[in-house]
Amino acid sequence: MNPYIPILVIGAFGFGFGVFSIVAAALTGPKRYNRAKAAAYECGIEPSPQAQGGGRFPVKYFLTAMLFIIFDIEIVFLYPWAVSFDQLGLFGLVEMVLFIGTVFVAYAYVWRRGGLEWD
Amino acid sequence: MTTAQLIGQDPGWIIAVKGLIVFAVCILLTLMSVWGERRIVSIMQMRIGPNRVGKFGLLQALADGVKLALKEDLIPKAADRIVFVIAPIISATTCFMSFAVIPFTGKVNFFGHETAMQLTDLPVGVLYVLSIASVGVYGIVLAGWSSGSTYPLLGGLRSSAQVISYEVAMGLSLVAVFIYAGSMSTSDIVAAQDKWWYSVVLFPSFVIYAISMVGETNRAPFDLAEAEGELVGGFHTEYSSLKFALFFLAEYVNIIAVSALATTLFLGGYHAFPGLGFTESWLGGWFTLFWFAIKVLGFFFVFVWLRGTLPRLRYDQFMKFGWKVLIPVSLAWILIVATLRTLSLEGAPQAVIVGFTLGIVLIVLAVSSLFDRAREKNEVTARDIGEISTPSFPVPALPVAKARLEDHV
Repeated sequence: MNPYIPILVIGAFGFGFGVFSIVAAALTGPKRYNRAKAAAYECGIEPSPQAQGGGRFPVKYFLTAMLFIIFDIEIVFLYPWAVSFDQLGLFGLVEMVLFIGTVFVAYAYVWRRGGLEWD
Repeated sequence: MTTAQLIGQDPGWIIAVKGLIVFAVCILLTLMSVWGERRIVSIMQMRIGPNRVGKFGLLQALADGVKLALKEDLIPKAADRIVFVIAPIISATTCFMSFAVIPFTGKVNFFGHETAMQLTDLPVGVLYVLSIASVGVYGIVLAGWSSGSTYPLLGGLRSSAQVISYEVAMGLSLVAVFIYAGSMSTSDIVAAQDKWWYSVVLFPSFVIYAISMVGETNRAPFDLAEAEGELVGGFHTEYSSLKFALFFLAEYVNIIAVSALATTLFLGGYHAFPGLGFTESWLGGWFTLFWFAIKVLGFFFVFVWLRGTLPRLRYDQFMKFGWKVLIPVSLAWILIVATLRTLSLEGAPQAVIVGFTLGIVLIVLAVSSLFDRAREKNEVTARDIGEISTPSFPVPALPVAKARLEDHV
């Protein structure tokens, strides 16, 4: 049998539980409308720049996401090499040292330019 | 017969029953671990903790769940209603899915059927767990984004930045395991640890994984996303009723999941402790579940212990630690492991291997002493600056400061 079917089974259990809880909560809980309750968690004032309406947040988070992509791709290249390490031998090692070295230059550059600093 | 072939023979009803068991155990374990955490932390803080609901307060978490279900399900006016509802479902679904490849026992007799207590055995098992963990981030970031409020937005951004940063360190720490096991399938990795656990052989990898799994699950001392003093509850500030409970459930199931993965990759999975291997042949395959549970609960205890012991880090310290310490150290460790492995595979003489190891030790010592000297220098400079605190603009000097300035001049 396809080895991915059990994943769907456990995923369906989790999904079903989530949907069930949300439907159940809507049925069991009370419903008493109150304008203050529907407001955002603030001191009575609605926060003016909304996240969905093009509100802004620090660009550092975007930079972190970009750096994450670089290193995640490095990991994706490292995994197949690690799995077939014994067959690749010395050749694979030299290739990988060159690759890690190249990425490390970029890493050192980002570090020096302050890309890893949080203030 | 390999585990993959063994599990591949499972008929449909066994897969369904196994899925149900894993799901039910996760829910039960969450209820028990919420109670356990509160009790253990209360003992560490010299108070009593929940002891009223049921024997020893065992039903406390269940009572909390029922109470949450009877609360009003609020959706803030400014929220994006659809995404607001979808986000907790994403969190709840993905947290269970990472259990699909964890091997809980060795070969067992399952209602007269020979199988192993593992849902499926993918050749890319560990990669699958990492990818599911990445999908789980969507639950957090969408919850923060859709709430239409400042605190959840900041909390959601913080946790997602935190999770992805520590995911890099986590992913890098596993490379050494794959080099030694020659496979990414969880059952193969467990089988490869027959003689030596990888927590012994690859100790630095184990340490990096253990640190990054705490960062990955947003737990103390890395629980910056829900720093109560600054962000209220983090990304789930606006959530109430069972939607909040789903995020809570996802957090605890994720803790168990990373602990189970750590057990599988570094502590020999379901194998017995060294010297106790005879228990499996005496008591049958199901007894391996006991060893697995002991190891996972040990990790869970460490999670609680950390929460009871360490204060929360500052966000910049936390990110600095992840990007500037864990990532370069794990990259260097990968290169060291790979070189050592290649040397022994190519049949290099013992002297070369010993010489290489000594060289690495010397380099580590040299670098660390350089860092120490730099730090001392910084401290001295900081002290000097602290003594003469005269700003660059004219100010009326205080009598004491003036006297001290004159001393220096």
